[in-house]
Amino acid sequence: MVADQPFAEPVPGVAKSDPVLVVDGVTRTFGGLVAVDVGHLEIQRHTVTSLIGPNGAGKTTLFNVLSGFDNANAGEWHLNGGSLVGIPAHSVARRGMVRTFQLTRSLARLTVMENLLVADQHNPGERLRGALLGGWGAAEADAKERAAALLDRFGLSTMVDEYAGSLSGGQRKLLEVARALMVGPEVIMLDEPMAGVNPALTQSLLTHIQTLRDDGMTVIFIEHDMDVVQEISDWVVVLAQGAVIAEGPPSSIARNRVVIDAYLGEHHGDAAP
Amino acid sequence: MLLVTSVWPSSATYNRSTVPSFARRLIIFGLLVAALLSFASPVMAEGEAIKGTLIVRLDDVRSPVEGVTMIVSQDGTEIGSGTSDAEGHWLIPVPGPGIYQVRLDISTLPEGVTLTDPDKVELPEVEVTEGQEKTVLFPLGEGAVSTVSTFERVGTLFVAGLKLGAVIALSAVGLSLIFAVTGLVNFAHGEMVTLGAVLAYFFSTSPAGPGWPLVVAAVPAILLGAGFGWVQDRGLWRSLRKQGMGLISMMVVSIGLAFAMRHVILVVFSGQRRLFSDYTGQSPVTILGIPMVPKHLVTIAVAVVVLGAIGLFLQRTKAGTAVRAVSDDPDLAESSGINVDRVITVTWVMAGGLAALGGIFFGVNEAVQWDMGFRLLLLIFAAVVLGGLGTAYGAMVGGFVVGVTVEMSTMFVPSELKSAIGLLLLIVMLLVRPQGLLGSRERIG
Amino acid sequence: MDLVAILRDGFLAMIGPVTAAYAIAAISLNLQFGYTGLLNFGQVAFLAAGAYGTSITVEAGGSLWLGIAIGIMLAVLLGAMLGLPTLRLRADYLAITTIAVAEVIRLVVRSSWAEPVTNGVFGIQGFANAFFDLNPFPPGETYGIGSWLVTGRRLWVMIVSWVVVLLLLLLVRRLINSPWGRVVKAVREDEDATRALGKNVFNYKLQSLMIGGAIGAIAGILLAIEQQNVTPDAYLPNITFILYVIVILGGAGTIVGPLVGALVFQFLFFTFDAFMASSQAEIGWLNTLISPAEAGQIKLILVGAGLMALMVFRPQGILGDPDEVTLDGR
Repeated sequence: MVADQPFAEPVPGVAKSDPVLVVDGVTRTFGGLVAVDVGHLEIQRHTVTSLIGPNGAGKTTLFNVLSGFDNANAGEWHLNGGSLVGIPAHSVARRGMVRTFQLTRSLARLTVMENLLVADQHNPGERLRGALLGGWGAAEADAKERAAALLDRFGLSTMVDEYAGSLSGGQRKLLEVARALMVGPEVIMLDEPMAGVNPALTQSLLTHIQTLRDDGMTVIFIEHDMDVVQEISDWVVVLAQGAVIAEGPPSSIARNRVVIDAYLGEHHGDAAP
Repeated sequence: MLLVTSVWPSSATYNRSTVPSFARRLIIFGLLVAALLSFASPVMAEGEAIKGTLIVRLDDVRSPVEGVTMIVSQDGTEIGSGTSDAEGHWLIPVPGPGIYQVRLDISTLPEGVTLTDPDKVELPEVEVTEGQEKTVLFPLGEGAVSTVSTFERVGTLFVAGLKLGAVIALSAVGLSLIFAVTGLVNFAHGEMVTLGAVLAYFFSTSPAGPGWPLVVAAVPAILLGAGFGWVQDRGLWRSLRKQGMGLISMMVVSIGLAFAMRHVILVVFSGQRRLFSDYTGQSPVTILGIPMVPKHLVTIAVAVVVLGAIGLFLQRTKAGTAVRAVSDDPDLAESSGINVDRVITVTWVMAGGLAALGGIFFGVNEAVQWDMGFRLLLLIFAAVVLGGLGTAYGAMVGGFVVGVTVEMSTMFVPSELKSAIGLLLLIVMLLVRPQGLLGSRERIG
Repeated sequence: MDLVAILRDGFLAMIGPVTAAYAIAAISLNLQFGYTGLLNFGQVAFLAAGAYGTSITVEAGGSLWLGIAIGIMLAVLLGAMLGLPTLRLRADYLAITTIAVAEVIRLVVRSSWAEPVTNGVFGIQGFANAFFDLNPFPPGETYGIGSWLVTGRRLWVMIVSWVVVLLLLLLVRRLINSPWGRVVKAVREDEDATRALGKNVFNYKLQSLMIGGAIGAIAGILLAIEQQNVTPDAYLPNITFILYVIVILGGAGTIVGPLVGALVFQFLFFTFDAFMASSQAEIGWLNTLISPAEAGQIKLILVGAGLMALMVFRPQGILGDPDEVTLDGR
């Protein structure tokens, strides 16, 4: 485990040795309600960083803002040093930061294979001119090969020609992660990937997530289950009322008084490790 | 063309990739088309027309009246206009057989000449048959000199705008509330407006009906309108919600419903423009130097009271609070013990009653016609988008703003382009502030 | 009652140029609504743009062919105008704007203010002579078997129209089966998910609306040429909703659905007409019960009711895959 050699002190807002994503003073309010108010946060490259916090802590809102699906009221954030403020969602994805959604968004009336192919970024046939003139066959064949490998890895290779809408809930979760990978991201943001997934699948998803890190990706994920968080995270960021109240390796978080008061106190029984 | 060029600059900032090249091509297309339009010439067809001769008797001397503008319209759209010549003759061609309205523009009458019957400034039903040049009569006589001051004109238009705004606001609140609690834009809302007017016509004026005074007839019309809201929700929308139909499909269903209802009303009511027997031909009273027709004032007053009551209902009552809770977040409302289905039904009933009321006032102030609701729907949409789709107060404010803007605009643009002004408001609002005056940004997501 | 004559009238109407034009307009709507999920409730405006662009150009001294090009460009422009303010917003804003714009365009074109250009309610006639000059069939002659006849003029329009239908079907098939078509379908399924995969959803929607607009203009131009007449009241909102019935009847989101829908719809529509006309000629009391005008109105009630019934009971239409529809509550 990487967590055995911490790359930073467990203090909120601490600087990391090699941050891929840096968030500065990002706030988002709805009416009078402050949903997100993050002073400073850095995400270390090549780690699994989990984002935890009680319901309404602003985890998903922060995801939405960072990925361009929502606008911040103030603040800035950089991916590999490049500012993402005001960058539309699709461009954020193209720059290498791809997200999934809490409620699975399968493209129901596309087949499993098509779901993956849509995520390819290099197909000239996706432009109107290319579609009309043709000549995208090679890129398509290439993408299909990559897609088939991904589907194989996620155990969906028997479902290639099924409509995504006919998959089970767990399979859709896997499909969504596979699809996000097809974009070729550097940072992947998973919003509660384990929610509503049966235990067997959870285990396989966990393995997949760790593999992503080992493949050189940075994983940021929102999770409720503390067991899961303890098991696979290299670093844990705790959000409460929109602000980062603690961060550190999983072991330090479990002992953190502030966290126990703010978060575990609320969920007692089911959340304590 | 103007609109396009004004739209582009803002879009260029939105789209960094492919649009600018699109834009360049489009502007070239636009210029090409504009150039062609500018030297196009009209073609005149021969056939049906409406004509007449304007003669005035002054001290027993008959003399022709020259330079008077006559306007022919059909269902509220102007078809043509003409001016009387030195012999007082005028002729306006019309596209084919049918019913037309002919109006004399009083402001173009020479000093000292006026209509002998001021109510006959417009002939509401001039029927032209195949190949006919129909002659119509406007009896003129000696009259007091009446010049309209700018102040009077502005004042009159403003009151007319408030009146139209009242009708729009009454009708729009229901549409907006239904959207707020269900997410559905109901394209059959215009037909709910028409239904109210037609029912009131039946109870008050129709020879087949009981012939009640309009004030009495309005009661069953509104109740039936509200009842129709209930039937629609319970009979149609609720089951579609339960079967999980998506909003896009529901909107298509609503447009099918609108289409079917509109033509049912057409078959039953016929295509004629009809007036209520009450409150026609009211003469204006002058208040603060501005002539106002009493029914307009009543329309405005009733609308303000009813809309105020809706506001109180939403703010002060338990049911109103539930409506607001459901429109904020249906899931949260459901989990906090609110019966969402019942709230939705209440909203539909309210919307049905309000639309009927709006329709009755629309009928009183103009005329009852099978497609009146569809025509009003465009202004209703402008109002709800202006105020903020899904906000009740936005629909009220939007209704009055659209009504006043549209009427006042006739000072600068031909009155037949009124609806275009309403649309312009809608589009400008979408570009500038799509969430509307009173909406919050999250809603448009 | 002569059933054969009724069916013949229905059949001849079904294979006529108007059906072809409706099929084209439906192909356009299918691209926008069936494949991209755009709720365009003002399709008739694209038809009007094509027809007016063409006829005004010819009136102004341009050639018919230049007119056709300008008509199509005008519709593409209209697509851009409709799309720019609305396509970033939820689907209902496009629906509201299109239904309003379509009706306002009709009112403006009809107004005396626009009369110098559009000739107001009288419209523009006789602008398509250049098209009929190319007719290889003597226009007075009739072609066919027995009483199943069409005139040479009609045959010429029919052949051209159906060839255009075929070409456009091939075009749409090429687009839809390309990666571009895949993205467009993804947009229909879930905009946010597609955005998260790095696609500029707004651009795809705008492109679909504009290409659909161009195809819609072609339908309007063919209708106008066939009738040699463009009047504002030929562009009532009714046409848009008939097109929805056609698209959903045939199967929204299928390539040939619009064609099948148009054929079936037109056959039913005109057989109903022929049936009513023939029964009214034979049965006197039917006339007093339902006048011919009312029969036409009743037909439109059925169109509206049919649209609702299709959406509720058979949203996949004739050709759609029933499994596909039940996948997601759409």
